[in-house]
Amino acid sequence: MNKVIEMKGITKIFPGTIANEDVNFDLLEGETHVLLGENGAGKTTLMNVLYGLYQPDKGDIYVDGKLEKILGPNHAIKLGIGMVHQHFMLVNNFSVAENIVLGLEPVKGIKLNLKKAIQDVRTLSEKYGFAIKPEDIIEDITVGQQQKVEILKALYRGAKVLILDEPTAVLTPQEINELGIIIKNLEKEGKSVILITHKLKEVMRMSDRVTILRRGKITGTIKTKETTMDQLAELMVGRKVNFTIDKKPQVVGTEMLRVENLIARDRRGINVVNGLSLTVNSGEILGVAGVDGNGQSEFVEVLTGLRKAQSGEISLYGKDIYGKTPRQISECGISHIPEDRQKRGLILNYSLFENSVLGLHRKSPFSKGMVMNYKAIREYCKKMIKDFDIRTPSDEVSASSLSGGNQQKLIAAREISKNPDLLIASQPTRGLDVGAIEYIHRRLVDERDKGKAVLLVSLELDEILALSDRIAVIFDGKIVAIMDRKDATETKLGILMAGGSLEESKEEVKNFE
Amino acid sequence: MNKLKNSILKGLKKIAYPVCAIIVAIFISVFFVIWAKEDSVFHYFSTLTDLFSVIWKGSFATKRQAFTTLEYITPLIFTGLANAIAFKTGLFNIGVEGQFMMGMLAAGIIGVIPGLNVFIHIPLMIIGGMLAGGVWGSIPGYLKAKLGINEVINSIMMNYIALNIINLLILRTAIGEQRKAATPIIQISAMIPRFNNLSRANIGIIIGIIFAIFVFWLLWKTTIGYELRAVGNNPQGAEYGGINIAKNMIIAMGLSGAIAGIGGALQVSGILHQVQNFVDLPGYGFDGIAVALLAKSNPIGCIFAAILFGTLNSSSKILQLNDIPKQIVYLIQAVVIIFIATDYIVKYFKEKKKKKVIVNG
Repeated sequence: MNKVIEMKGITKIFPGTIANEDVNFDLLEGETHVLLGENGAGKTTLMNVLYGLYQPDKGDIYVDGKLEKILGPNHAIKLGIGMVHQHFMLVNNFSVAENIVLGLEPVKGIKLNLKKAIQDVRTLSEKYGFAIKPEDIIEDITVGQQQKVEILKALYRGAKVLILDEPTAVLTPQEINELGIIIKNLEKEGKSVILITHKLKEVMRMSDRVTILRRGKITGTIKTKETTMDQLAELMVGRKVNFTIDKKPQVVGTEMLRVENLIARDRRGINVVNGLSLTVNSGEILGVAGVDGNGQSEFVEVLTGLRKAQSGEISLYGKDIYGKTPRQISECGISHIPEDRQKRGLILNYSLFENSVLGLHRKSPFSKGMVMNYKAIREYCKKMIKDFDIRTPSDEVSASSLSGGNQQKLIAAREISKNPDLLIASQPTRGLDVGAIEYIHRRLVDERDKGKAVLLVSLELDEILALSDRIAVIFDGKIVAIMDRKDATETKLGILMAGGSLEESKEEVKNFE
Repeated sequence: MNKLKNSILKGLKKIAYPVCAIIVAIFISVFFVIWAKEDSVFHYFSTLTDLFSVIWKGSFATKRQAFTTLEYITPLIFTGLANAIAFKTGLFNIGVEGQFMMGMLAAGIIGVIPGLNVFIHIPLMIIGGMLAGGVWGSIPGYLKAKLGINEVINSIMMNYIALNIINLLILRTAIGEQRKAATPIIQISAMIPRFNNLSRANIGIIIGIIFAIFVFWLLWKTTIGYELRAVGNNPQGAEYGGINIAKNMIIAMGLSGAIAGIGGALQVSGILHQVQNFVDLPGYGFDGIAVALLAKSNPIGCIFAAILFGTLNSSSKILQLNDIPKQIVYLIQAVVIIFIATDYIVKYFKEKKKKKVIVNG
C-alpha cells in the first residue's frame, strides 16, 4: 500500500524540553494509525508539526512520496491533511452547514448560496454515515455531534488524512462506538486516520497499527492485531503496569454524607445543579459518572463551600454543613482533592512544605498563635514526601517545579493525611501518566478499606468502574440513577449519561451485552 | 558549606536584575545629561564621572549632606514597605500617598496636646498615625473585597480626598493656626530625637529599619503572612485552603495604610514638626511604589531601594547647581522602573509560553 505520509527523523525542541527526538512515522493509505503515549510524550507536538503549526528543527516530511515543507495549517489542508483539535473551533451561533463551508462558501453572485451549502453537507454526511442535520445550530447539538461537524469540516476541505486529537475524551461510550463506525467508513473511502490517544482500549478497538511515543521518542510501531494491552502499556510507560486494583471485601458502615435536593447556579446564573440528591456511606467509594458539564464541578464546589447553593440540604454524619465556609467544612472532616490542581489545589509559587499545610496552617503544631512553626511543618512535609513517594529534589522547591503526577501526589498526600471522614476526589487522575494513576487509585482504595467514605467524581468511565462500590450517574444537574457496581455496565451507564432511560433503551442494552 | 554557597548564589541571582537595572538606568541617563549640557557624546566618560561625583557630593560628601540624605531616606522606607505588603497580596495600593498624609495629620493634631510625657506622647502620635493611615487604607480594601471595586482607582481618589480634607482642616478650622496655613509647632515632648544639629535626620530611620524587619517576619513567619501571600499568589487556591480572601484583602490594605501612616507620623514628629497646607501631593507614596518595585516587594530590599532613591532625591538640588537638570533624578528612577517592569513582563510571557508547550503535550 502507498505511504500517504512519511515523517523522517523529526526533532522538535522547545526551550527546556525536547518534545520530539528523531521520530519516524508513516501512514498508509486507508489505515487507522494510533499515536499512543502518555501526557507530555510529544504526540500532539508531532501532529502539530505535520499540520504545519510548528516547524521541525530537524527532519523531513513526505506527502504522497514528495518532500514537502509544510508552512502552516492552510498549506497542510491544501496537501490533504485535516486536523480535529481537542477543543473545537466552531462558531456557536452558526448552523452546521454554515460552519462546515466557512471560508469556502459556495456563492451565487455575491450572495452566499446556502441551499447548495446545505446540499453539499448533506451529501457528504450521508456518504460517511454521519447522522447530522445541516440546518441545526451548533450550540443546540451535543458535543459528540460537534465533533462530527469538525470531521466533516476537514472532509469538505478535501482532507485525505485526518488527524483526530484525543477524540474520545468528550464522548459517551455510545458516541465512541459511533465514532468507530465513522472511522471504518472513512477507511472504506480510502481515507487515512491518525488517532491521538492515551487510552489503550480504544487503540485495540479502532486501529490497524500503533506507534508508541515515550518522552519524545518512538518505542515501537506495531500491528494492532499482533499486540496486547499489556504490551502496549509497557511500551508506553516503560515498565509493567497493573490494571486491576485489589479491593478488600466491602464493609459498609453508616451513612456519612447526605445531600438532598441541592440547587446551585453557575456563573451565568443557570441552575447547573438542579435538585441533586445522594448519600455516601463510610467504607465505600461512590463514583459519580457523567459527561463533562453536567454540574459535577459545581456540585463539588458547593459541597466544599467554594460555591454558594441556592437551596437544599447537606449533612455530614447528621451535622448540617449547608452554607458553611470552606474552613468550617474542612474542620468537620471533609478533605477535597480538587479537579484543577494548579488553580485550586496548590499555591504554585509556594514551596512544597508551605503547600503541605495549606488549610492546616492555623492548626497546632503548624502554628502557635500567629507564629508559624516551620520546623514542624518541614518535618511533616518530609514525612509526606517519603510516605507518598513524591519525586522532588527537596521540600524547598516550589510546587510549580514538580511534574503533574507529583503535584497530584502532594495534594493527595495532604488531603489524606488530614485523616478525613469523607474524601472528595474530583477527577483525581486527570492528565496523569499511568504510573501516577495507579498510585492515586491505590491510595483512594486504601482510604475506603480503612472505613472512610470516598466520593469520586470522574469523567473517565473506566476509572469509575474500576474503583466504585456504587455508581451514581449525573445528568443535567441531577443524579438520574444509583446502582451497585455489579449491576453497572458501560452500556447502561452510557445511556444514562446521555440522558436516556434504561426502560426505553432495553433493546439497546440487550444488543450490546 | 555547600548549602551556604547555594543560598548566597541564590541571593545574588535575586539582586542581579535590580542591580543591572540601576546600571543601565545610569548608562542611559548620562546621554540625557550630555544632551542637557549640549556637550559632545565623546565626553561620555567624563560626564559619567561628573554625574557620579555630583550625586556623591550632593548626598554624602559632607557630614551635613549625609545626614540630610537620611531625611530623604526615612519616609521612603515606610512608603516602600507599605507598597510591598499590598503587592505581596496581589493588590496595588496607589493610596499610600494619602495614607501617609493622613498619618501626618493625625500626628500634627496629637502633637500639639500639651503636658504629656515623652514616652507617652511619641507612641501616642505613632499610634494615631497608624490608625489614621490604616483606616484610610482599609476603605479601598473594604470596597474591593466586598463590592469588587478596583482598589487602584479608589485609592488614587482617596489621595485627593485626603489632600483636600487636610487643607480644609488647616485653612478653615481651629486645627490650623490663623493666617499661617499650617498646624502649630508640636510640643517638645512630641518630637523624636534628632541625631545632631546639622540636619533634621532622626531616629525615625531606625524605627523604619525595625519595621522592615517586622514586615519581613510578618510576611514569612506568621499565619497572617502565609495567608496574605497565598491570596496574592493564587486567590482560588487560597480560598480552597480555607483562607478568607475578602478578609485578607482588607487586612493587607489596612496594614499597608497603617505603615504608611506611621511613616507620616514620624515625618511630623522628627522632621517637619508641623503640617503645612498641601499645594500638591507630596510624592512620598509614589516614590514608595518605585522603592517596592525595585526591591521586588522584599521588605529588607526596601531599605536598600529607599537608600538609593533617597540619595538621588537628596542630590537633586546640587545637580541643579552644576548645570545638570534635577529631572535627571526622576529619569534614573523612571528607567529603573521600566526595566523592573520589563522583567515582570518577560516572566509573564515566559510562563505563558511554557503553559502553551504543556497544553500541546
